[in-house]
This record gives sequence, C-alpha cells and structure tokens, in this order.
Amino acid sequence: MRSFSYSRPTSFEEACRNAGHTRFLAGGTNLIDLMKSDVERPAHVIDIKSLPMHHIADRPDGGLHLGALVTNADTAAHPLVVERYPLLASAILAGASPQIRNMATNGGNLNQRTRCHYFYDPAMACNKRSPGTGCAARGGRNRIMAVLGTSDACIATFPSDMCIALAALNATINLHGPDGERTVGVRDYHCLPGDTPWRDNILQPGEIVTAIDLPPAPFGPHHTYLKVRDRLSFAFAIVSVAVGLCMKDGRIERGSIALGGMGTKPWCVPHAEALLEDQLPSHSLFRDVAERLLHGAVADRDNTAKIRLAPRVIERALWQAAIGTPQSQTDKAIR
Amino acid sequence: MTRESVAVPCHLQINGQDYSADLPPSVTLLDLLRERLDLTGTKKGCDHGQCGACTVLVDGKRVKSCLILAVSIPDATVTTIEGIAQDGRLHPMQQAFIDADAFQCGYCTPGQIMSAIALLEESHVHSRAEIREFMSGNLCRCGAYNGIIDAIERVVSQQHRNQAGEAA
Repeated sequence: MRSFSYSRPTSFEEACRNAGHTRFLAGGTNLIDLMKSDVERPAHVIDIKSLPMHHIADRPDGGLHLGALVTNADTAAHPLVVERYPLLASAILAGASPQIRNMATNGGNLNQRTRCHYFYDPAMACNKRSPGTGCAARGGRNRIMAVLGTSDACIATFPSDMCIALAALNATINLHGPDGERTVGVRDYHCLPGDTPWRDNILQPGEIVTAIDLPPAPFGPHHTYLKVRDRLSFAFAIVSVAVGLCMKDGRIERGSIALGGMGTKPWCVPHAEALLEDQLPSHSLFRDVAERLLHGAVADRDNTAKIRLAPRVIERALWQAAIGTPQSQTDKAIR
Repeated sequence: MTRESVAVPCHLQINGQDYSADLPPSVTLLDLLRERLDLTGTKKGCDHGQCGACTVLVDGKRVKSCLILAVSIPDATVTTIEGIAQDGRLHPMQQAFIDADAFQCGYCTPGQIMSAIALLEESHVHSRAEIREFMSGNLCRCGAYNGIIDAIERVVSQQHRNQAGEAA
C-alpha cells in the first residue's frame, strides 16, 4: 500500500473540507482492499467514524432512519429492521461474510465500487479506473459483467445486495457536504456509466452519506430477496431480485422490484412495476414484468446466460413474494 | 513513489495487554500483530478480506484484520488466537477442533477458531446449514469443513449440557 496521511475529524465541517486527493474511510472493507491493489491511491485518508451517524431510529412517518456508520451486521440484526424491513435484512445477509458485515457500514455499501476484474487490475485498460484507457472487459472474460445500463465505455456490474433492497424500498439518501445538506432518492443516487464511467454516484467532492431513510413498507410477508450466484455463500450475484408486494385478498395492489447483478446500477423500471398494479398473480403477468425489466439488455460475449437466467429468477421471486414465502438466506434451496 | 506519512498514535488492548505506539497509518491490524508484536498465530492468507485466515475479535466481534488500519480502531480490545487459552488450558473451541479432526494443514485454523467463537456468541448455531452459512467467511483449502462443523457442534452441545447441569 502506498503511504498516505490520516485524520479523524469529529465534525462534519472539518470532514467536508476537502483538501486535494482524499478518500473517506468508514468500515474500510472496500477502500483498504482497493488501496492494497493500487486502484485507489489517496494522498490523505479522512476517517469519518467519529462523526455522529451511528444510530437507527424511528421516523415520524412510520419509517426508519439508518445511520450511515451503523454496520451491515447491526442493521440486519436490529429488531426494528427485522420486524418492519425483513427484505432489507435478508438482502444484507445474502451479501459478503459475517466478518465483512461486522465491519462494512451502510454508507459504505452505497459507495462500494464494482468488482469488475479489469477495474481491479491496474495493468488492464479501464475507463472507470483510468479514464480514457478503454474497456478491457468488452470482448474480455465478462460473464459477471452487466447487461443493462452499459455503455461503450463500461460494462461493470454494480455489486451490492443491500442497495437492491434499498431500491425496492425506495429509500432516501441523506448527504452532508461543503454546501450543506441535501437528500436524493436511492434510485437516482447511482450513475449510469455513459461516457463518464469513473462517476459511480452523484456525490460531490467532500460530500458524505449521513443516513438512509426508509419509508414505511407495508409488504407483510410478501417480499423476497432471491440471489443466484456461483457458490451458495460469499459470492456476488449473477442475478438477484428484490421484491415487495402490497397485497389484499390475494390481489396485488402495487409492487416494487429491483434487479442486482444485471445492471451498472441497481436496476428499476417503473414501467414494469406499474404492470403489477391491481392484478392477480399469474405466470403471464410475471413474465410480462420480467420482459419489461429486461428490455434493452445486451450481452457482450460470455454473459448471455444472464439474460436467459434473469426472467426465471424474476418470476420465481415474484411468486415467492406473492405467496408470502421469502427466500431463506440459510436454507439455500430455492422454492 | 513514496509520500511522507505522519505516524499516528495507536492505543489498543491486545489479549489483555495495553499497547501504545505511533504507527504509520498504512499498517493494518494484521501486520501490527504479526510483524511488530510477534503474534504470528493470526495468519495472512489472501490479505484482501476473502479467506478469513486473519480473523480476530475487535471489541468482541469477528473481523478481518487485514482490512483494518491499526490506527483506525482507537482504544479497541483485540483478541487473537494467542489470547483464548486460559490458565494453560485450551479454549473449548480449540480442544474441539483437535477432537473433531477439524484441520489438516492448519493454516486457516486460527481464523476458523476465532470465527467459530464469535459464531457461538452470535447464536447462529441452530442447524448445520446455519453454521455453514455463518462460517462462510473462512475458507479451508484442505476441505476440512465437515470436521469444522463437527467441532462447532461439539462445543454447542457441551454448552447445552453445562447449561442443563447448572439448571439442575
């Protein structure tokens, strides 16, 4: 690892005073790894763990406020999350390993970078890591790469599980920067690569994620996080689906759905979700939803299988949610 | 290219002993333990958070010491494999790993044992499937997984017997 200077400010004002080439450090599970791989080379690391963002609290609207520095493990185990947002707890537990979840934070999960092999290897061309050098993933070994939201410049997959559930839950991200505070919907937080693939999200220099606010999620048992991957645990998604359905008397009143492992960002298509409104669950309905979700999917070389696999995973997830039998993250059998 | 990095004060309690030094911020907890304190029981496997060989407890929670800057956990309590035996007696999890033949080459074993101790604290031990899932952060290239789960189940049933004994 290259050497760097380190500070641990205790106020936002101090932390957001962005001087030169800095990185914010929270759990470190991604940043330290990337620094060891020489992908990230900050001259200065600002440890933000002393900032007051460690709480999970009720919100007046019946939702929940998740501090950015609460660990993934503590979030997934929090009684209010388990009771009201089992979809979120499930997605968190589907990701990483217990040790990583004990370290990784909620804010860091939003800001984690792609696991594209070419991004991780400084010897390879990568527009995300080194703008203008090209994309070695195109035409390379790319079965894990994205098929939705890609551009000529980049086909890197967005890696998070937690964020897929946050997208289905329509969470709001709270930010604090040099110019004050602002909020943004999670679906608008991450950026498509376009011709600026080095921009993962809308964060401005010196801006910090302070919290994630969850609106009420009246799904009852009608939710699931279904993740298909190369090994049953501690692997990134090939395809994952987060679903929440509001159901009454066997009818879907409305539904929310997001895809992971498929896109360059958490993938949501409001036009597909609209199909679910006031409908009875059926194979043809769920097939139509899958078709709209996957509209425009383009494979590059090795990742054609994702496009064939995804409709089946989407349909299965919708059935799991409709019937009220969420996927277990311990018993891996998909029913 | 090297940059000047100013040493940062680091205060920790490691296996019950106070440790204080000024460290370059790039020193990971793993390298502090192994290279500066000669606590080489904690192993460096992948050094990227994937294998679990470097698992230690920080403030009672299992973490990967290769991905933690030592200066970033001020005043933390760190427990390594060297700190779990008491009065010359192996920790029950260590003994169970021997009894259940839960290792071959032994390289992943300290990390497996530290992870398993935390697993019991977290109570993720209701079934073999649950133990497997919640031990997935520790890889064993020799493939001793069945023995490892056996060892953990032994300690779980010992605890149940002890609790039943106390209740009676």
